[in-house]
Amino acid sequence: MKLTGRLKNVSQEKIVFTITLVMFAVFALTLDGFIGTSNLLALLRSVAVLGILGLGMLIVVLGRGIDLSMVANMAISVAWTIQLVGTGMPLWAALAIGLGFALGMSLITGILVAFAEIPAIFATLAMGTFIYGFGRAHLITGTDVVYLPSNFGWASQIGQGRLLGIPIPIILAAILAAVVYLFLRFSKHGWNTYNIGDNTQASRITGIAVRPTIVLQYMLSGTAAYLAGLITATAVQSMNTRMVNSNMIYDVILIVVLGGVSLSGGRGSVRNVMVGTLLIGVLVNGMTIMDIQYTIQNVIKSLILLLAIVADSVINPRDEQTGQQGDI
Amino acid sequence: MTLKKLGKLALMTVASISVAGGALAQEPNDPFRDPAIESLEGKWIAYLPISAGFDLAQAWGGVVKEESERYGMKFTVQDPNWSTDAMAQGMTSLIAEQPDVIVTQNPDTQSLARLMMQANRAGITVIQMNMQGAVQTDAYVGPDYIDMGRKIAERAIEQCGEGTDTSHKISIVQGVITGGVSYFQVQGIMDVLKDREDIEIVSSQAADWDASKARAITETVLQQHPDLCAVLDMWDGQAIGTGAAVKQAGLADSVTVITSGGGAGSTCDLIRDDTFDIVYNYDAPGMGRDAWTAIMIALQNGGGGNSKTQIFSPTHIMTKDNVDQASCWDAEIYASRLR
Repeated sequence: MKLTGRLKNVSQEKIVFTITLVMFAVFALTLDGFIGTSNLLALLRSVAVLGILGLGMLIVVLGRGIDLSMVANMAISVAWTIQLVGTGMPLWAALAIGLGFALGMSLITGILVAFAEIPAIFATLAMGTFIYGFGRAHLITGTDVVYLPSNFGWASQIGQGRLLGIPIPIILAAILAAVVYLFLRFSKHGWNTYNIGDNTQASRITGIAVRPTIVLQYMLSGTAAYLAGLITATAVQSMNTRMVNSNMIYDVILIVVLGGVSLSGGRGSVRNVMVGTLLIGVLVNGMTIMDIQYTIQNVIKSLILLLAIVADSVINPRDEQTGQQGDI
Repeated sequence: MTLKKLGKLALMTVASISVAGGALAQEPNDPFRDPAIESLEGKWIAYLPISAGFDLAQAWGGVVKEESERYGMKFTVQDPNWSTDAMAQGMTSLIAEQPDVIVTQNPDTQSLARLMMQANRAGITVIQMNMQGAVQTDAYVGPDYIDMGRKIAERAIEQCGEGTDTSHKISIVQGVITGGVSYFQVQGIMDVLKDREDIEIVSSQAADWDASKARAITETVLQQHPDLCAVLDMWDGQAIGTGAAVKQAGLADSVTVITSGGGAGSTCDLIRDDTFDIVYNYDAPGMGRDAWTAIMIALQNGGGGNSKTQIFSPTHIMTKDNVDQASCWDAEIYASRLR
């Protein structure tokens, strides 16, 4: 009783951050080469894409939504971009069309959620399937892997290049984190995102343009998806549309929730996403160095997630005040 | 010559002409062709690969489809899009619909084993492509992966073994651990390497046929072992990530990337740009031809698991030196044939 009283102010974010630090220390002491600069850069590099997707998801989740169509949107829009360049379209035009596609799809998603008032989980689930199906049937009709043509030019540096020795994906993730932070902290729409997530009805009564703001949230997550897709594709010189079938979208939700962002909206910040991303990065990197099989890695990953959630519910038990309607 | 004799002669002439005429109206005299054509004509081939959207499956299906249409057969294709569940469902409904032949590809050794046995019992001919399941049916068509694994290991020894000026370190990137292609190749590799003191396997992990995962694994392995000598990756579609990690670490010259695949044009391009060093090519259109051969053999011999054959497809090694002479096929041609 006394213990929980003293730990009252320990949030899930702090618990996860502590776990991350402990693991970091253990790996640093026990694994050769873990602490080296190049390994730490590789660690960050490997979770940069996840982090960018997490930032997009954060904006939507703060507005009490969820975007399950992110991975499909990213795969198809970027695969189409690459295919267009391969068939001879100028790079800038192909990039613009790909971004336009990603934005167009997330616009439709936003309208479905905000104006048609379909619950986000269903609207985005259906949109994800639609984007993938439409893309495979009409855009990427050949092989489901689209290879990067040699005339992809400077854009291939997005995933492969380095600036001052730091891989560009890390820099892009950091920039995006700063932009999202500024957006949420200082812009009107950012504030309104929190308000809508906290209490949609009250936001509407106080005169916030709820529906357009929700549409904007989905379009921002669409932009993040496109950027993450460009990094993924240029890093491995191909876009594999098969990734839509993977559990990547759960990994994105995992880092968002793990860091302490509430799925019921209105609570969380960029810092939470960063903490969640770092935990996964340290964990996966350490386990790869230890040569632990991928399937076992998944088991350990989910055990750590459960540990974080259990710790949170012991320290911050749900009651009428903390529990919200729609809390999952 | 009497009148009687003359009449006889005339009769014989008429008879011989009519015999000759009758012979002319017949087909060219190949008594074996008709039964063969009959065994094929009007039959239904159902194609159920794990996905109809990747280069290997498109090449196999494209070749079999073209040949089957030549002989007036019906060809249908189902695309489970990498979902084992959808594949099992597709197989179940196919067994109920009773096609004559099912050409399939096991996602792993177990998932379809029972269903394939059931199909055989229902008299359906079952051809397994590339990924062998736990049961033997009419035919398995694909390279001898265990042998290929051994050859790859020997190649690795050649590059990194005793007597070479290297660290003798190699890493292995598996696919889906239980998938036939990965499972048997790794078995062959370990067969050769387990008794070798000179080779050190620093990492052996599964990337689930995902290039991004392969990239992340190899990047970390290279951080730990920048002096790595070779990486063995079980499939070129995944090895593109492995090769990218090696290349982006600036180690393309010192780390040998060895992989295997169906020899599509994209693979040849990756050999040319130094992403891959050595590729075991099992020529997917050639496998399509082997599959068609297997279908003909099965249908002309009763099918339905009457005879069981392992048809090992030929392989050859591609490196930068011979890639320009190799037949690098365009996946798009077969994809459009399959549509």
